[in-house]
Amino acid sequence: MVEGRARVALFVTCLVDLFRPTVGFAAVKLLEQAGCTVEVPRAQTCCGQPAYNSGDRADAKTIAVQVMDAFSGYDYVVAPSGSCAGMIRLHYPKMFVDDPTSRARAEELAARTWELVSFLVDVRKMGEVAAQWRRVATYHDACSGLRELGVRDQPRRLLASVEGLELRELLNPEVCCGFGGTFCVKYPEISDKMVSEKADDIAATGADAVLAGDLGCLLNIAGKLSRQGRQVEVRHVAEVLAGMTSAPPIGAPRS
Amino acid sequence: MQATSRNFAANSRVGLANENLQQALDIMTQRGFPLRRREVVARLPEFEALRERGREIKDHTLAHLDFYLELYEENVVAAGGEVHWARTPEEACQVVLEICRAAGARTVTKGKSMIAEEIGLNDFLEKSGIAPIETDLGEYIIQLRHEPPSHLIAPAMHLVKEQVADTFRAAHRTLDPRRPLIEARELCDEARALLRPQFLAADVGITGANFLVAETGSSIIVTNEGNGDLTQTLPRVHIVLASLEKLVPTFEDAATLLRLLARSATGQEFSSYMTASTGPRRPGDLDGPEAYHVILLDNGRSQMLGGEFADMLRCIRCGACMNHCPVYAAVGGHAYGWVYPGPMGAVLTPSLIGIKEAASLPNASTLCGRCESVCPVKIPLPKMLRHWREREFAQKLAPRVWRNGLSLWAWVAQRPALYHALAGIVSRVLGWAGGPRGRFRSLPFAAGWTGVRDMPAPEGRSFHSLWAERAKTAGRG
Ligand code: SF4
Repeated sequence: MVEGRARVALFVTCLVDLFRPTVGFAAVKLLEQAGCTVEVPRAQTCCGQPAYNSGDRADAKTIAVQVMDAFSGYDYVVAPSGSCAGMIRLHYPKMFVDDPTSRARAEELAARTWELVSFLVDVRKMGEVAAQWRRVATYHDACSGLRELGVRDQPRRLLASVEGLELRELLNPEVCCGFGGTFCVKYPEISDKMVSEKADDIAATGADAVLAGDLGCLLNIAGKLSRQGRQVEVRHVAEVLAGMTSAPPIGAPRS
Repeated sequence: MQATSRNFAANSRVGLANENLQQALDIMTQRGFPLRRREVVARLPEFEALRERGREIKDHTLAHLDFYLELYEENVVAAGGEVHWARTPEEACQVVLEICRAAGARTVTKGKSMIAEEIGLNDFLEKSGIAPIETDLGEYIIQLRHEPPSHLIAPAMHLVKEQVADTFRAAHRTLDPRRPLIEARELCDEARALLRPQFLAADVGITGANFLVAETGSSIIVTNEGNGDLTQTLPRVHIVLASLEKLVPTFEDAATLLRLLARSATGQEFSSYMTASTGPRRPGDLDGPEAYHVILLDNGRSQMLGGEFADMLRCIRCGACMNHCPVYAAVGGHAYGWVYPGPMGAVLTPSLIGIKEAASLPNASTLCGRCESVCPVKIPLPKMLRHWREREFAQKLAPRVWRNGLSLWAWVAQRPALYHALAGIVSRVLGWAGGPRGRFRSLPFAAGWTGVRDMPAPEGRSFHSLWAERAKTAGRG
């Protein structure tokens, strides 16, 4: 583990804020374990991806500037989502090609923005966690984290240190689950086909839980599994790594 | 071909309900091309470097396209051939017809050519009294069925073997009804028996081109059936139908791209047949055509140079992007409603037939990025899908409710205090309404979601409200 404290701003992400604060608190706990001081800038809302992916450049840019303002001055910005972190790291700089000042700011922010688990492993050199979870679980590689940020081995490495946990790989861990932001409601039948295949893949492993690093995918997968009546526990990987698995799983009844 | 890209959503429902198609797609995606690609790429450590080199070759050529086109034409002429420039599909069809008429042609054989599909050549020739005969097995099958191709390199991939057998039984009058047509081999033999005499009888042979080599004026095609060779060497006249971006400077460059092409397309190290033709038969040659024509189609491509979609011109039509696309795997190629399916089609089609007709295509993607990660010439397909969405947004082509919803959301997202207040309320209300079940079976404002899956209920409080509370308590303590 890296010595010395780092001042980290948590980018909560709009889905975690709204649906699953537990993931946010799990992220805080893990970051603190990794020797970071965590702050949560109040001026944050969303990374602007819905606007960006819908072709609304103007709004996407305004929101990006707002994020740059809210997160200036911290050593790092960390998000429990490869999708939002990828948006800031890869897409913000591209949005300001014809505006050198904002572009420089965007690049500066991009350089210190990380997806949670890769930050823990690659930057803070965390090699293990002190968590316990008696489950057979499988892991879905969310698209942006995997292909934009190269998040693949890091979560597996930390999960391997969770006591009692057996990880069983999917046949196609790297195939999209069909969430895709607005895609899942614009083309519900296609999205349904994709998430059904993901659910089948999950079921075929015989695992009793599925984990991923992005809440969008998890809501989609949990929604499908529960519609099919399949009893598979769905959680964000941070919850397991932080040992915060007492809350009911995503989409499960409250006990 | 009449485009139906506008109806992508309806087309895709037809595809999802078509059992044969679903079976064919499953076979392809689970046991077919992607698996073989992965294996063959794993055996070539320099594959990534090769991709980079492929990208460079194409970018360099496109940056100096005028130079290479002129050089190419010079060398074609020097070898005794002729180059015809066609700005539009109509012009290209017309040139083909004139060449056929001048040769007194009644029948033409055709190798696989996407440009022929793009310009609607078969229909045009038939209307003009010339019978085109497809010689690529897949193309032959869909010609008999009067269907467009559903895949770049496997035009009949939407069909299962039984459908092919039925097609042959319906079309081949000499076919003995007792003859078994069950195995792929038997189907191939049947097609081969029918096609052989056609190769010999044809007056003109039309092929596409995988690459056009500027330094020699050669055209290169690859096939796995050898039909291209017969198509271009047996008839008296050979027509190469290609678009501008097929140019590469040298044979060496073509060789580099061929190494990428076969691996990316079918997972082969190299295609079974690679044939280069340079001009017509020379004195002393054993075979070859008497006349050699190249028709170079622009159809909007020169407009793409230097613009947002220029990267698309690197495409070598390998099909890897669709083989790895989960949307293509769900709906098949016909849903895209025009000649080019899958991710490359979703980017290229709006350039060629207009964003108004094709706006659905760039939207029908989760931007998962798998296409870009396998593209042998590193085309940033997701980025260009977004560019099209920007055009669509700027032209206000999306439904009004979508645009209004998006604007409202963006307005709120730019007001953090209001945003947090609303997020606090929504998470409480939904958390409460979701109740002990923890999920919603239906939500009136999210029918697109709950029509096919449950909506997990929020935990009940927003993160920011809990965090503020925690900070307050900590402050007091
Ligand atoms: S876009 Fe890339 S992957 Fe798709 S067909 Fe073209 S070269 Fe192949």
